[in-house]
Amino acid sequence: MQTEFIYLAYLVAAVLFILGIKGLTKPRTAVKGNQLSALGMLIAVVVTLFDQNILSFQWIIAGVIIGGVIGATMATKVQMTAMPQMVAVLNGFGGGASLAVALANFYGLNHDLVPMISISATVLIGAVTLSGSFVAYAKLQELISGNPIAVPGNKVLNAVLLIAAIGLSIAIVNEPTNTALMVALVAVAIVLGLVLVIPIGGADMPVVIALLNSYSGIAAATAGFITNNTVLIVSGSLVGASGLILTSIMCKAMNRSLTNVLFGVMGEVG
Amino acid sequence: MELLILLTLFVVAIFLGVELITKVPPTLHTPLMSGSNAISGITLVGALLAAGSGAPDPLVNIFGFIAVVLATINVIGGYMVTNRMLAMFKRK
Repeated sequence: MQTEFIYLAYLVAAVLFILGIKGLTKPRTAVKGNQLSALGMLIAVVVTLFDQNILSFQWIIAGVIIGGVIGATMATKVQMTAMPQMVAVLNGFGGGASLAVALANFYGLNHDLVPMISISATVLIGAVTLSGSFVAYAKLQELISGNPIAVPGNKVLNAVLLIAAIGLSIAIVNEPTNTALMVALVAVAIVLGLVLVIPIGGADMPVVIALLNSYSGIAAATAGFITNNTVLIVSGSLVGASGLILTSIMCKAMNRSLTNVLFGVMGEVG
Repeated sequence: MELLILLTLFVVAIFLGVELITKVPPTLHTPLMSGSNAISGITLVGALLAAGSGAPDPLVNIFGFIAVVLATINVIGGYMVTNRMLAMFKRK
């Protein structure tokens, strides 16, 4: 299939996502909105399968079957009362997927500047989303205490980890074939996600999940810059921005400040 | 030049995303979060391209495969769960 046709279909998908998010903000149009968005996803996925760069299908077929069965089973079995933690888990998988996309490209791509910057950013944001979402899940599912857990020197630790992650990202861009640096970045980012969410109390978790949802959107957008994929960039940044606004709306509804969420210090407020 | 066009798309889509959400009734907070979470599963497109790339290094296919599994869980689970939540609202 022609590349132009695929990108036109991506445009249609992006428009359906926009209409879908818009629809989901009003009770009357919410069901329709979700259906339009799902149709957009179907179109984007199907046309991608016709991309000339896809040479083999065995990994794709196996992955879609396994993922589809797991996703459908989880969605059918989950209790309605357990929805926030369900969204957290799904969001964690989304972040993990962007992380894996970035790692696949790290091993497969030529190491030009823009793709390398995008790979590092995607690994950082994707890994934080992955581990942070699973802490949020564990708290709501009461696998670990839902109470705010005081971590001494929490802010300093967060700052040190973030600076280390950014430093490693810059080092990877300079040394694109150094696998050890990449492993270190993944590890630091996963720990960063853990320490960001662990101090926060269970009652504030919905706001944190909304914020992590925004992160997974940004991770998808930065993944789009690895291979110049327009539908990833547009949809990812839509979710990233609208997710941030939703986070702020939810904060206001709960009388919280967004700054406190962003810096992971809500536990101290509560 | 192509990078500049993509950056333009990125920035314009961010502003669009900000404008898209204005007033949301509290009952729709979780479904909206869940629905937009499903959209972030769009990374499946990147996952398909990586998993099917037929690159010589097997790590590309392995990470691509992992990405396809995780993104498919996100997409299928995300849309089904959102649908279930919204169906519950309709009955009320």
